[in-house]
Amino acid sequence: MKKKFRLTDLDCANCAAKMEAAIQKIDGVTAATVSFIQQKLTIEADDDRFEDIMAQVVKVCKKVEPDCVIQL
Amino acid sequence: MNKKQKKTLWRILISAAVFVGAVLAAPGLPIPALPLYLIPYLIIGWDILWKALRNILHGQIFDENFLMAIATVGAVAIGEYPEAVFVMLFYQVGELFQSVAVDRSRSSIAALMDICPEEANVERSGQVERVDPEDVAVGETILIRPGERVPIDGVILEGSSTLNTAALTGESLPRDAGPGDDVISGCVNLTGVLRVRTTKAFEDSTVSKILDLVENSTAKKARAEQFITRFARYYTPAVVLGAVALAIIPSLITGDWARWVEQALIFLVISCPCALVISVPLTFFGGVGGCSRAGILVKGSNYLEALARAEIVVFDKTGTLTQGVFNVAAIHPQDCDEAHLLELAALAESWSSHPIARSLREAWNRELDKNRVGSVAEIAGRGIRADVDDVTVYVGNDKLMADCGVAWRPCHRAGTTVHVATQGRYLGHIVISDQVKPDAREAIAGLKAAGVRKTVMLTGDAQAVGEAVGAELGLDEVHAQLLPADKVTWVETLLGEKSPKGVLAFVGDGINDAPVLSRADVGVAMGALGSDAAIEAADIVLMDDKPSKLSQAISMARKTVAIANQNIVFALAVKAVILVLGIFGKANMWAGSLADVGVMVIAVANATRALRLDKNT
Repeated sequence: MKKKFRLTDLDCANCAAKMEAAIQKIDGVTAATVSFIQQKLTIEADDDRFEDIMAQVVKVCKKVEPDCVIQL
Repeated sequence: MNKKQKKTLWRILISAAVFVGAVLAAPGLPIPALPLYLIPYLIIGWDILWKALRNILHGQIFDENFLMAIATVGAVAIGEYPEAVFVMLFYQVGELFQSVAVDRSRSSIAALMDICPEEANVERSGQVERVDPEDVAVGETILIRPGERVPIDGVILEGSSTLNTAALTGESLPRDAGPGDDVISGCVNLTGVLRVRTTKAFEDSTVSKILDLVENSTAKKARAEQFITRFARYYTPAVVLGAVALAIIPSLITGDWARWVEQALIFLVISCPCALVISVPLTFFGGVGGCSRAGILVKGSNYLEALARAEIVVFDKTGTLTQGVFNVAAIHPQDCDEAHLLELAALAESWSSHPIARSLREAWNRELDKNRVGSVAEIAGRGIRADVDDVTVYVGNDKLMADCGVAWRPCHRAGTTVHVATQGRYLGHIVISDQVKPDAREAIAGLKAAGVRKTVMLTGDAQAVGEAVGAELGLDEVHAQLLPADKVTWVETLLGEKSPKGVLAFVGDGINDAPVLSRADVGVAMGALGSDAAIEAADIVLMDDKPSKLSQAISMARKTVAIANQNIVFALAVKAVILVLGIFGKANMWAGSLADVGVMVIAVANATRALRLDKNT
């Protein structure tokens, strides 16, 4: 399943790149891009575990860039 | 500027004012300088210090907040108070500039993609209701008033109007549309009220497809972008390690800790790869956005980058270089004038619905007095015999001429030859052919000028026709009488001819050439307005059917890549110079800070040029 999420308060381009790398490492995520310019997260992950994966994504995001909020 | 940016601006102004005051007043005051400088430092830097601390607790060490915190706290520790304030202040100025510039680009792209209709007027049980376009089913009737945007693809039931397609094609000339014509969502209805039966659901309509395509284009990154992301991953840790080494090793040898720690701090000031990480993707984002504004949809920055390296361009003929519509190409009278020949032919064919008859009538383009035409007989596979002004006229092919026994002559022009004769007398012939698009020649010349090494045309048409078009347009190679599968084979052969870094682009109308479009390095579909298949199959979509858009696309792609390269080279070069000067003690923290933030500001400003490429091409 492929989904897009809006990001708020993503303030630095380098952090976006780091977030992207961290999200790609989560188990079950097939592809992820964080666009600093569009302030958007595009994620492709296993259907049946999507909720679970998103919870992890939020956790990772909090760790890398605490100010940035994923609009679920 | 948004609220957050305004707040930062105020902090910058207040802190700068206090800082200047401190610099001027400090030497004259009896109190120690540290508290004086701490005030502006904390005003501007408290959030950075806080974030640095918080992120360390989260295990994020090489983070720009941390680097700035260490660099400035270090400067304070060695007594360089003004430097500490300046570095922090200038860093915030840079961040603010970057944030505003990115917002600007984003909103300018959003504005140009503002083609999404908000609502649709749908007729339901005799009433007109305003609903969300998503709630309109296929086959319902919608009403589009002048000034409104067409919300959903459909076909006109009633009414005629002119439609502005500029938002989709970049073409400012409006199109006329009447009953039976297709309308495409995203166009603006200019003059009349239209009743339209929807043929698609909103999410399958052109406008949704286009928006989806442009929104997803940042997901496919150009190699330059990937390079930057990879580079950034190693750059910061490497520079920080360098800084640590520079602080410790020479100090152990020389014992001059203060000097080498300061050199190391300079390293930290320039250790953020921000200039690159922001400016390169911003350049491609702007380039893709600028192209969309010109009616060139690019499905990813990687395709824009590939197009910039186009070396061989392969065209389909019909509908791509030629109009795909039959027109009178030449009139060769034998024994009368041109107008008379054409009028006779048009009159004789005035009752026929054959495409050739239609093109003859269109070429005549005047009122035809059908009363002048008496009995008409169609002779299958030959042509027409008609009585015009009580004289029997034969209009048709070679066989018809042979049948009625006149001495006809063949034509040197490629195309379909229509002979005209009266009883026993040959009057001449008219050549009907698919005509080359008016800008096709210019487009080929433009490609050559842009450095494309080879232009090739592939066509299913006859050899003579293909060669004639090839010669007229100045193409390097023409391969005719090809089946769709042969086109793939030819593209594969040509792929073998290009240099390793070169790119082969195929341009077609997207209808029959999906396999070729996907086989080429870059598949370009043209005249795609309303053709889903083309939008799906191609990597780059030219919304209108002008071949010259391709050379424009290549030139815009080249400029985008050039800007990205300028930024990469410029940012790396400046940072390298500062690093080297820092090692030899020739750069101070002021210079480091100026270099870091200055490069970022210049690179971002340069990147935003990519948005406006269409204005100067």
